[in-house]
Amino acid sequence: MRDFIKQYKKNKSAVLGFFIVVLLIFMAIFAPWIAPHLPADQDLVHRLTPPMWEEGGLHQFFLGTDDFGRDLFSRIIYGARISLMVGAISVGMSLSFGLTMGMLAAYFGGKVDLFIMRIVDIMLSIPAILLAIVVVSILGPSLTNAMIAIGIVGIPTYARVVRASVLTEREKEYVIASRINGSSNMRLMFKVILPNAATPIIVQSTMGFASAVLEAAGLSFLGLGAQPPTPEWGAMLSDSLQFITTAPWMIFYPGLAIFLTVLGFNLMGDGLMDVLDPKLKDK
Amino acid sequence: MNLIEVKNLKTYFFSDEGEVNKAVNNVSFEIPQGKTVCIVGESGSGKSITAMSIMQLIDHPGRIVGGEIILEESNLLKLSDAQMRKVRGRDVAMIFQEPMTSLNPSYTVGYQIDEALRLHHKELNKQQRFDKVVEALDLVGIPDPKEKYGEYPFKLSGGQRQRVMIAIAMACEPKLLIADEPTTALDVTIQAQVLDLMKKLQDETGTSILFITHDLAVVYQIADEVVVMYRGHIVEKASAKELFENPKHPYTKALLNSIPKPGVTPRKSRLDTVDDTVDYLSFPKEIR
Repeated sequence: MRDFIKQYKKNKSAVLGFFIVVLLIFMAIFAPWIAPHLPADQDLVHRLTPPMWEEGGLHQFFLGTDDFGRDLFSRIIYGARISLMVGAISVGMSLSFGLTMGMLAAYFGGKVDLFIMRIVDIMLSIPAILLAIVVVSILGPSLTNAMIAIGIVGIPTYARVVRASVLTEREKEYVIASRINGSSNMRLMFKVILPNAATPIIVQSTMGFASAVLEAAGLSFLGLGAQPPTPEWGAMLSDSLQFITTAPWMIFYPGLAIFLTVLGFNLMGDGLMDVLDPKLKDK
Repeated sequence: MNLIEVKNLKTYFFSDEGEVNKAVNNVSFEIPQGKTVCIVGESGSGKSITAMSIMQLIDHPGRIVGGEIILEESNLLKLSDAQMRKVRGRDVAMIFQEPMTSLNPSYTVGYQIDEALRLHHKELNKQQRFDKVVEALDLVGIPDPKEKYGEYPFKLSGGQRQRVMIAIAMACEPKLLIADEPTTALDVTIQAQVLDLMKKLQDETGTSILFITHDLAVVYQIADEVVVMYRGHIVEKASAKELFENPKHPYTKALLNSIPKPGVTPRKSRLDTVDDTVDYLSFPKEIR
């Protein structure tokens, strides 16, 4: 573990990513204490107030207000909660299904493999955002359904990653050795093989978190995700479209939040990939 | 008394095009209680498949198509999967050629020895199992067994890993230990140590050993009886002494001739090879 941290620290951008992620989690947990206003509180007198350092800015609205006079800073902070929730739940969902499917396909091989991987191929052949839109339009637009949609869209990627890494481990002699000691299939799959195949899965999950956040923002932007007055970053972007020339801060700061979140998780994923590489581990 | 009897074992591999590869064809031999039987033969002669057949770990596209494997009066081929899982590890254990990949890199050495005990000896508690694991590590000659309990495999040398593999295999005191070329990946000094260790353990526990190798020097050191396999068939079966002193089958003779003999084989001369153009199966089998 100490080696692990040491290796990770060497990668400066990975450390940056880690801090962005920690900051985000901090914001999400302590949102009610950090945010000066409630996310849905309207102050109609101070509609479209610019950020405090610009002309006409007010000190109680740090990043300005939107067209209903809601404090942008508070909404972005509360938005971190939603983005993290979306990421965690949809990644959790894709991971649990993808892991099971990939594991079964690789472990049993043959017809099982063929059957599962063809389903995966079919899912992959449909563009992700389109598939998500289909799912949402069947289930109806809401944040929960958007999470389900993103979760389903992610399944094939995880299934492929899991399958590939299980395939390489499955043939190693320690698996046969464990079978010879009388291990059952379940035990072989989840206790013997999985820990050794986990590295790419962890990396994929971290990166997948970023794309889940981005996709959720995309769906909300299209009006298929979070519904008003939920302070979701993507929804905030779409609200601000008509004010793009008069109140650019409304589109800039939520966009920046999305950008930093995605960047943070991707940098962290990259760093983890370098550190967890089994070739470096053996040294 | 024979611990295990293999009768007319046939393991075939079936290709999608309908071809059949008779990897093990009508093989019969028996392993007496507390003795070591060696299977020798070149690559692809069906040695390892015979061992895997005893364990019933033949995967698709292979299948055991006929024969009997009788371990103490029960036919292993008739057992259900669940019953067979109990036999594996408890009654029959196995060690492999490649000590570098035979241990799971994610778990400590102690944990992996403990695993077999936990599966087959449910009556032991944690402390008793720990003691047994340390005892097993000590028995196979690992220094500081208590310290090594928590080590991960990558910190051990090849010889030490093979010792750990033997400790895992012997932890449940199996009746039969199958060793599939356990010394091939080790250098000669370590090889001798491992062979000595196996002999010592056999004397102490009375385990029978089925030893698979292509190294006749190893056979000479460890075998009580030798089975010579060629293209899925047994061509000669004899006690080790008889086989080395008086090989009868032409294939066995060819095999023995291909080893250089100090003082006999002239320097820088070419060694004899096993002539591939001869159909050794056409000669009568020498089964003694």
